[in-house]
Amino acid sequence: MTLAKMISQLAGGMFVSIQIFMVTLIFSLPLGMVIAFGRMSKNKVIQGLVKAYISIMRGTPLMLQLMVVYFGPYYLFGIKVSNSYRLIAALIGFVINYAAYFAEIYRSGIQSMPVGQYEAAKLLGYSKNQTFFKIILPQVVKRILPSITNEVITLVKDTSLAFTIAVLEMFTIAKALASSQTSMIPFIAAGVFYYVFNLVVAMAMEYAEKKLSYYQ
Amino acid sequence: MNLLEMNHVQKSFDGLEVIKDISLAVGEGEIVSVIGPSGSGKSTLLRCATMLEEMDNGELIYLGEKAAWNDENGHTVYAPKKELKKIQENYGLVFQNFNLFPHFSVLKNIMDAPISVQKRDKEEVHKTALELLRKMGLEDKADAYPCQLSGGQCQRVAIARALALNPKILFFDEPTSALDPELTGEVLKVIRSLADLHIAMVIVTHEMAFARDISDRVIFMADGVIVEEGRPEEVFASNNERTQTFLGRYGEMLK
Repeated sequence: MTLAKMISQLAGGMFVSIQIFMVTLIFSLPLGMVIAFGRMSKNKVIQGLVKAYISIMRGTPLMLQLMVVYFGPYYLFGIKVSNSYRLIAALIGFVINYAAYFAEIYRSGIQSMPVGQYEAAKLLGYSKNQTFFKIILPQVVKRILPSITNEVITLVKDTSLAFTIAVLEMFTIAKALASSQTSMIPFIAAGVFYYVFNLVVAMAMEYAEKKLSYYQ
Repeated sequence: MNLLEMNHVQKSFDGLEVIKDISLAVGEGEIVSVIGPSGSGKSTLLRCATMLEEMDNGELIYLGEKAAWNDENGHTVYAPKKELKKIQENYGLVFQNFNLFPHFSVLKNIMDAPISVQKRDKEEVHKTALELLRKMGLEDKADAYPCQLSGGQCQRVAIARALALNPKILFFDEPTSALDPELTGEVLKVIRSLADLHIAMVIVTHEMAFARDISDRVIFMADGVIVEEGRPEEVFASNNERTQTFLGRYGEMLK
């Protein structure tokens, strides 16, 4: 196999990896907010359920979670899944796992807000929604951005875990190519890919942090 | 009609009675200072008046409209949220530690609530805000962020922010306690200058000279009750033992 052919196959995997990355962020970032509210709910039942969910998501390996999501429908309910379910299972696994982590980051940010901000907003007549979206959330975002950056960088590398359910992403293809071609090149290419990907992510987040540094 | 009426207010925290049966009224344009030792319940009284804290007992009335009252079982009930929201428009509060919104510029801190809460015209609010900033001596700080200002400047912005909503009564919760003496002066000066706006003011303060000079009425609180209230010259010359003990050191300083 020529180098060009190898690279083009890897490029296909790269596309899938980026897809997993993007979809995970698009869904888990908002979902995390919903979960964070559940975690802070005054309703003990909701709070307990959400706490258990977060505990399981953080307490078991993501690799295992991916397998449960992929094989679960068949083993548990006898549903025969199609081949295209692989990628969907990976996406579901990533989203529910990362949402749990994001939820805890949101919660820490929201709870670190001084009560005076809420009181000032209340006295000025802001509604609960206005208070959250205009006053609290923008400040929370600034506070939690470094923690979010950490998670996002981890996510870039974690996308490689999709190989456990044979999703044809970067790492799966690199591994297959390396053994079939007995070559180091696919691994090196994969390493460069993840590194550059993360470099871009880090730069983007740094830019965002800079943008928000106009106050305090 | 009184702007504010509080009748037989009680408030406890974990069994500790912080306010024991306090009644007070504030008339239109009246300036009332509340003085007293730390822990006497002054701030709690203000927090009950502004509904940041729920009273355990008592009545709270703004312009004749009841915000809270005792039902037949003696439990305090509050009016429905919608009504409270309307009642709340009558007053503003200036906090001890300002509580400006750090991510908003000075101008936005002042303009945002009138626009997004009161739905007032943007142009009109902008004009009002600039006018207020001029009054506060901060016309050159419109585009600054709170973190770029001194404590005294922050507090003046907070005052402008409260005034922008056109309250009938403005509460001050120890507005200079977080400031050093130099900055205290500039804030007190601004509060003094508000007297001619004819907004009623209720000021919890440790600045005795200020309270004496500016107030129509002084309330001296200790241990959760009003010990004495009256015209400043009366209270400051009081023969009441508790009042004298508290004012004693201040009196000596004046000599």
